[in-house]
Amino acid sequence: MDHFLQNLLNALQWGSFYALIALGYTLVYGVLLLINFAHGDIFMVGAYIGFFVATFLIGSYSYHIPFGLPNEVLFVITVLVTMVLTAGVGVTLERVAYRPLRRRGAGRLYLVITALMAGLILEHGNLALLGASRRSFPELIPKVVYQWGGVVVTNVKLLVIVTTVIVFLLLEAVVRKTKLGMAMRAISYDRFAVPLMGIPVDTVIVFTFVLGSSMAALAGVLFAAAYPVLEPYMGALIGWKAFIAAVVGGIGEIRGAFVGGFLLGFVEIFVAAFFPSTLRDLIAFFVLLIFLSFKPTGIFGVARSTKI
Amino acid sequence: MRPSVGFVLYALAAIVVLTLTQWNGINAYVQIVIMFIGINIILSSSLNLINGYMGEFSCGHAGFMAVGAYIASILNVWLFASDQVFGPPLFPPSSALFLFPVTLLIGGIGAALAGLLVAVPSFRTRGDYLAIITLAVNYIVKSSIENIQAIGGARGFMGMRKVVKSMTEAIDLPWVMIWIFVSVGITVWLIRRFVNSTYGKGMVAIRDDEIAAEIMGVNTRRIKMIAFMLSSGLAGVAGGLFAHILGYINPGSFTILKSTEVMVMVYLGGMASLSGSVMSAVVFTLLLELLRPLQVLKWVVVPLMLIVLMLFRPEGIMGNRELSDVFPKLRRWFQAKEPTS
Repeated sequence: MDHFLQNLLNALQWGSFYALIALGYTLVYGVLLLINFAHGDIFMVGAYIGFFVATFLIGSYSYHIPFGLPNEVLFVITVLVTMVLTAGVGVTLERVAYRPLRRRGAGRLYLVITALMAGLILEHGNLALLGASRRSFPELIPKVVYQWGGVVVTNVKLLVIVTTVIVFLLLEAVVRKTKLGMAMRAISYDRFAVPLMGIPVDTVIVFTFVLGSSMAALAGVLFAAAYPVLEPYMGALIGWKAFIAAVVGGIGEIRGAFVGGFLLGFVEIFVAAFFPSTLRDLIAFFVLLIFLSFKPTGIFGVARSTKI
Repeated sequence: MRPSVGFVLYALAAIVVLTLTQWNGINAYVQIVIMFIGINIILSSSLNLINGYMGEFSCGHAGFMAVGAYIASILNVWLFASDQVFGPPLFPPSSALFLFPVTLLIGGIGAALAGLLVAVPSFRTRGDYLAIITLAVNYIVKSSIENIQAIGGARGFMGMRKVVKSMTEAIDLPWVMIWIFVSVGITVWLIRRFVNSTYGKGMVAIRDDEIAAEIMGVNTRRIKMIAFMLSSGLAGVAGGLFAHILGYINPGSFTILKSTEVMVMVYLGGMASLSGSVMSAVVFTLLLELLRPLQVLKWVVVPLMLIVLMLFRPEGIMGNRELSDVFPKLRRWFQAKEPTS
């Protein structure tokens, strides 16, 4: 039982990262119908920016800030600054690569290819710029281990899970309750009629990228806090998997990304718990394949009716 | 059917290159680049069948390549070479000469069967969801290979060089290159015929509107199945050849990055354009080789060039057109039959 609960907690933490990244995928997809394959790499960029912000704040790479702030405050500042900076990266990407293409009325798949290329640029640009050496994220939150019965919980783990749930609720509220969310849903419903209603499409799209990228940045910093090793390729696999999570949940649905992320986390952790861990990817992807064969549009996805 | 001028030209070019290779007219590096160009032509034109003509977004082509590569190399090493794992050869090593195309074909058939993993879900799933399935199949293939320790697992598999060596010992010719030329010729011919056949028209109908196609009496399931199997089977053949060029394969060569590379070639060449795929395979391979001195920066420069290309010419070099559409005079060269109208 303890073993089960322990794995459940691990799965919740692991699923949180997937869920946070999948939220970004699903937001952009929901509005633009674009699979932003660069999103996994934005997560990586977020983690790196977080690393530089954190090391700057604790003074490893610069003069020491005269007033010593407690580490928890530093962590919060790191998260916020990283979210802002990474949102900048996401918006730049949209501005430079996607928007001109969209203006030209290019097909959806060309945007996808552009996104793939942008991801490659981020990955290898980082590799070329900073080198292949791994970096370790400074430990801003001293690890506290709680022991409940046989279950071991760290404060970072709880932080990750709680943050993900809060972020999900916030996003859900933004999309369901605010005018901006309504505009986002309207654009996804009919991109050509919406400008006629006086909705500034570009602003809404930029805001979508801001939201998605800052989610990825948050995931990046939390990931770095939990697994403090950074490398340029860390975003690739987790990005693809988060995309899978978004699809399993039904892409374009915020609830779907949340549930799908946790589902994938559960599958992976429990496979690793009961089978050799090398089989983790294999079984996770088989589950996905079988699931999609039976429910082709994901958990919350609705098949779009096609006109003839 | 009289051979078309295109075929004769291709055969002549192949013979010239092979002769040069035989008499050391070109160095080993250039030979390898030529062989990779051939393989990339097979890969990009076969993926264009799915992505371009059928309009599905498949992003796991490297998985099928891996299946073909592993099946062909295991069979070859098992049958024709003494190996630590498989023991002494079952057939005399010189018989590899005749049986190499057979093993290559078996690799292709294996890959085509793996293509069913994508084809069957594609009956109900389409669009982005199908993209995920192709991606998942790529991962499944890769991590299955990693988990089979008998064929080296993540360490990779080698021994194909001995097979190639025994072929050249039997008759001294650059055999791998010969088979690459033959496969490229057959692939391009096959895809051309396929695209212009009833099935090809059916594929285009599926791309334009699947439901309408179904209503008009196109057997969409059958066409999807055949198209996916043909595409992945050709990728398998390419994988088998790839394995015999390098003499060593490991699951790490068949990742999403490889699939992305093939996809880039398809989009660079243009959707639904066979000649575009061939041209972009040549251009892209040469580009990658020319930029090799840049090392890591190569993978920044190449995507950047592609993004710029997308901005100025989103349809690729030849989107939806063939060379014969751009230069109508070429048409009589490449068509054996006179157009009837």
